[in-house]
Amino acid sequence: MSGKILLRGGRVLDPSQKLDDVRDVYLVDGQVATIGERLTPGDDAHVIDCDRLVVTPGLIDVHVHLREPGEEHKETITTGARAAAAGGFTAVCAMPNTDPPVDDPAAVGFVVSEGRRAGAARVYPVGCISVGRRGERLALIGEMVEAGAVAVTDDGSPVMDSGLMRLALEYSLAFGIPVADHPEDLGLSGRGHMNEGLVSTRLGLPGKPNAAEDTHIMRDLLLAELTGGRIHLQHVSTALGVEMIRQAKARGVRVSAEATPHHLILTDEAVEGYRTEAKMNPPLRSVADVAAVRAGLADGTLDVVATDHAPHHYDEKEAAFTDAPNGVVGLETSLALMLTRLVGEGVIDLPTLVDRMSCQPARVFGLLGGTLAPGGVADVTVFDPEAEWTVDPKAFRSKSRNTPFGGWTVKGQARCTIVGGRVVFER
Amino acid sequence: MNQMTSPLGKDLVGLERLSGQQIRAILDTAEPFKEISERRIKKVPVLRGKTIVNLFFEASTRTRVSFEFAEKRLSADTVNIAAASSSVSKGETLVDTARNLEAMRIDMVVMRHGSSGAARFLADRIPSNVINAGDGWHEHPTQGLLDMLTIRDHMGRLDGLKVCIVGDIRHSRVARSNIYGLLKMGAEVAVCGPQTLLPQGIGDLGVHVLSRVEDAIQWADVLNVLRLQLERMQAGYVPSLREYNRIWGVSTARLERAPRDLLILHPGPMNRGVEIDSDVADGPHSVILNQVTNGVAVRMAVLYLLAGGQPEKAEAAKQGGEA
Ligand SMILES: [Zn+2]
Repeated sequence: MSGKILLRGGRVLDPSQKLDDVRDVYLVDGQVATIGERLTPGDDAHVIDCDRLVVTPGLIDVHVHLREPGEEHKETITTGARAAAAGGFTAVCAMPNTDPPVDDPAAVGFVVSEGRRAGAARVYPVGCISVGRRGERLALIGEMVEAGAVAVTDDGSPVMDSGLMRLALEYSLAFGIPVADHPEDLGLSGRGHMNEGLVSTRLGLPGKPNAAEDTHIMRDLLLAELTGGRIHLQHVSTALGVEMIRQAKARGVRVSAEATPHHLILTDEAVEGYRTEAKMNPPLRSVADVAAVRAGLADGTLDVVATDHAPHHYDEKEAAFTDAPNGVVGLETSLALMLTRLVGEGVIDLPTLVDRMSCQPARVFGLLGGTLAPGGVADVTVFDPEAEWTVDPKAFRSKSRNTPFGGWTVKGQARCTIVGGRVVFER
Repeated sequence: MNQMTSPLGKDLVGLERLSGQQIRAILDTAEPFKEISERRIKKVPVLRGKTIVNLFFEASTRTRVSFEFAEKRLSADTVNIAAASSSVSKGETLVDTARNLEAMRIDMVVMRHGSSGAARFLADRIPSNVINAGDGWHEHPTQGLLDMLTIRDHMGRLDGLKVCIVGDIRHSRVARSNIYGLLKMGAEVAVCGPQTLLPQGIGDLGVHVLSRVEDAIQWADVLNVLRLQLERMQAGYVPSLREYNRIWGVSTARLERAPRDLLILHPGPMNRGVEIDSDVADGPHSVILNQVTNGVAVRMAVLYLLAGGQPEKAEAAKQGGEA
């Protein structure tokens, strides 16, 4: 039951309205009713004291793997949605590389209904580009959109066939959704398990060169330009990739792109000691790449921060490096890491962070929220920018603990997550 | 003997993290142990009562046998586990293997594994001494050590020598251990092979990179010739073994144009007629069989030192006293 909530006296930071001031926010019946100074709520309103806290439009993560159906030992839609809420996210987009994959309207419907049942962060399904993620023929994109899919991707794998990618971009134009791609030329990345460079050579691990990612970013940009379609490039990790996207945007190509917290913070040095928690795809890259991804996020070339939350059971990661799966969890550390390392180091300011974690995700994927404008949906994140805490993977709401940030001391923590006018998480 | 006083630490995972002093200590300790293999009764009681497991996830007759001789000559109790006969092939994970070893209170584990980092993984999880007998493409430290011992025997020094490693550097743990060890001992190191078999950034390790074997022969005092595995050709790294031999093979004709006699090493097993011609392998400058002999001595030295033996007491230990 979403009644009335008054968020009292917080620093209300909403880039969509160029608002950054101490205000009260009044939520009524699932919508933002009023923003003002010293509002008088109704007697039946729940008042939340937000003194010294930051109140923003709800954070949105457009790239998470919730593993259901098929790998419920790693995560379920429910545990993932709760982990998201605990991390301050009011919505997430669930990738379709499950088992079976989400490649038809029934599977999309399953994700929608499980997401509702979770009653935490909103869960938006993303459908497959191709049937069975096999990269051969288009999935039922139109029917999946009607069932609730907000985008399509074969994430986990790239679309290797450029002809199929062209068709996906053209076909999706009718539905106004972005086509998201995991850019990777598998012929070049081959059997790689980490970034190719001095560290991989020293460790004796097969590498994936930047060129494997760059080749597909370039291809996708050319196809978006050719078709007029909307390409969304997932987890961009290379300096040249960022530069190519920047240039494409300048000439009007309809492209959006993601940066992950781990690619914004860590380099391939983190793999040292064969740490499987630092194994993901694309891999952690060089210092120059991290600097370029940071610059890309700062100037808007990379539109959104997305975690690529990829849970794995602990014993799958407790293995020889080449036997361990790719991926790290991110939902419960993203906000704190971004505040500590990106805002804290002066790479971006706080309003830009809120823009990249809320406004832009909503815009790029056409989702509710991303604004506190009156009349909009009451999806709100309240966080304490000063709270210091130590990342303890054992305390995660997620079913999985695979993070390279365990033991890090970070600053900034979600206090209250409100979805549709209902408090779904409070700390 | 006390593990805490081992001059090498608990494990021998690789040469990258050892100091030149530690490497010299191993080579010097190996010297007195060489003589044991020449005795009629080839046994000293240095490791009496110690249990050692030789855990081989990849087939390797020569390295396993060499370790086994070294262990037996030091009077250790040894058990060999080969992947084919163990639960490993039935899907047991490395972490379960580690737990089982720990439960059995093994003193030392010698492990060969196909995954880079496997030795470190095991060493971090069990209290036993772990000796890396080759992990993936990462390191094969005792091979690097025995190569260095052999070079030092024949050239009288390592400092200032020019050693070129020829062949498949990308997939070679032998190459990496040689590079780390030789550089620490003051040698100059080059690698030579087709660019497809040289990993990215190899030059940043401080080695010269040569693409033609003729240049390597002009430059070097010592050639360490690596085996070219058939699977590299099948994977397309080189178009054919015959072409590899024509362009990178070490032959007498090529060696005759060298400005000096070159010492020739090969870690074995050899593909005669591919990376090395028979007349070179069996020729006067080949020390390939000395490598095999030195392998046992170096492994005895490593076992002795990890068990807490001191380098300066090796001679006495060998005479029958325990270290
Ligand atoms: Zn991906």
